[in-house]
Amino acid sequence: MKIDIRDLTIESTHAHLVKGDFSAIELAQAYLDEIASKNQEINAYLEVYEDVISQAKHADSLFAQKKATLLTGIPLAVKDNILIQGKIASASSKMLENYKATYDATVISKLKKEGVVFLGRTNMDEFAMGSSTENSAYGVTKNPHDTSRVPGGSSGGSASAVAGFLALGSLGSDTGGSIRQPASFCGCVGLKPTYGAVSRSGLMAMGSSLDQIGPITKTVTDAEIIYKAIQGKDALDSTSIDEALYPIHAKKNILGIPKGLLEQKGLHKDVVSNFKESIEKLKGLGFMIQEIDVPDMSQALSIYYILMPAEVSSNLARFDGVKYGFHAEGKDLLDEYLNTRREGFGKEVRRRILLGTYVLSTGYYDAYYNKAVALKEAMTEDFKKIFSEVDVILTPTTPTPAFKIGEKTSDPLEMYLADIFTVTANIVGVPALSLPSGFSKAGDKKLPLGIQFMAAHGNESMLFEVGKKFLGEKL
Amino acid sequence: MIKDADIEKLASLARIKITPEEAGQFRTEIESILEYVAQIQKVSLPQEKGDKVGAVHNVLRDDNNPHESGLYTKEILAEAPDTEKEYIQVKNIL
Repeated sequence: MKIDIRDLTIESTHAHLVKGDFSAIELAQAYLDEIASKNQEINAYLEVYEDVISQAKHADSLFAQKKATLLTGIPLAVKDNILIQGKIASASSKMLENYKATYDATVISKLKKEGVVFLGRTNMDEFAMGSSTENSAYGVTKNPHDTSRVPGGSSGGSASAVAGFLALGSLGSDTGGSIRQPASFCGCVGLKPTYGAVSRSGLMAMGSSLDQIGPITKTVTDAEIIYKAIQGKDALDSTSIDEALYPIHAKKNILGIPKGLLEQKGLHKDVVSNFKESIEKLKGLGFMIQEIDVPDMSQALSIYYILMPAEVSSNLARFDGVKYGFHAEGKDLLDEYLNTRREGFGKEVRRRILLGTYVLSTGYYDAYYNKAVALKEAMTEDFKKIFSEVDVILTPTTPTPAFKIGEKTSDPLEMYLADIFTVTANIVGVPALSLPSGFSKAGDKKLPLGIQFMAAHGNESMLFEVGKKFLGEKL
Repeated sequence: MIKDADIEKLASLARIKITPEEAGQFRTEIESILEYVAQIQKVSLPQEKGDKVGAVHNVLRDDNNPHESGLYTKEILAEAPDTEKEYIQVKNIL
């Protein structure tokens, strides 16, 4: 049969593969053809793997042996900061342009066991630092809904690949919104799991107290399937947690909305009206709405822009031009360090390393870093209390729809504000799901808008349930 | 107030070479970011916790069962910019 990749979900694809309507090889070829015709313009992929067909052949053999799972033969895209053994993982940085991973990330080895077909690695902001993919050393990714606009970031290539039908789903990483914000800009579903739910072994570290890997997909059901395949405690990541670590909350059918949320400065009018419509829709689905007291969103963003650069400055110290990656010549070893890190890192990465070095330096450590750590803990406690009263907290995912390429590159702080609604979930460690909730009209283009649900630690299942109801998927 | 010289000092601590023009630009940008995030200094905490460590704690494994020596050496050295035999080579330190 002819494969219509626009209509496929993981479950429907699996049914087709089981019935023999098409093979995993034919499916992979359909995606390769689509990538060949569209990727040059979109720039979602930095590299399409040369062994896609042989991976698909392996998937077909699993079907023949009746060993196939739901994910066998499913073509996924992988963010360029997640390691696949023997393949380049550059984090969209010149620093790692030719770096070949020497081992598989845990999420990759789990998906390999299921016979997933990895199509290629996707573009991102360098080392996951950015909200637009404009910080990539390999050119910006375009938003498939309007190619004059950014796809969001940092997992912009992963979101753009799914929205442009260049992959059935993808993996991203989320430190302050890097899965949810591009998912929202591209009209996809994006999940940031509970801190520790998914192993980060083989994910390039950015802000280690915040980073999580998660899926970007077309449906909530697809996100759930991928999440269930990659989650779990892992001996290779000491911050990974047991599923049973957190208490289970009884369902209350109550949605919390932060007080004063819509008075936030810089909110696009369509975001406001779409958010109100979403609330009405959820009321219609039987949820009660309760206003909740949470600290001003700008407080979470401030904590984030202290802790994250501090951790960046420490995590990126490993890139020195000696052990692997880019190397620049110099007159002595120190000079080589200085030159390597000057030439290998882009501007935003250098800016964050300097900012992190500042907030960790003697004299400022207490006022910035220690205060931010203490506030992070206090906020985490506050949210635990809130989730004893409500099932989920609702916000828009982003303050505006996708912005124009180049619109925010001159002012870093302006770009940081794109994360205002998403950082809280990383600060307090709870899971958060972004769903497509409508469109904003811009000329003859329709720009996707997103809504974000946060749930209690370990309560991804609540997000999937509410998310499926919201999008009208079967439970 | 941050001075250009402070930025140059930070850059040298972070092992990144920067030009005087870049120091000026980074200073302006970092100042505006710090001005924004400094709002947390006005927030009072329920009780001052100081250096107290919270829910996150160190997880250690026993230092035993090493893998066979040299098992990964070749692959790892293949990624190093400069090697000699089974060593990574660097310029003189002093």
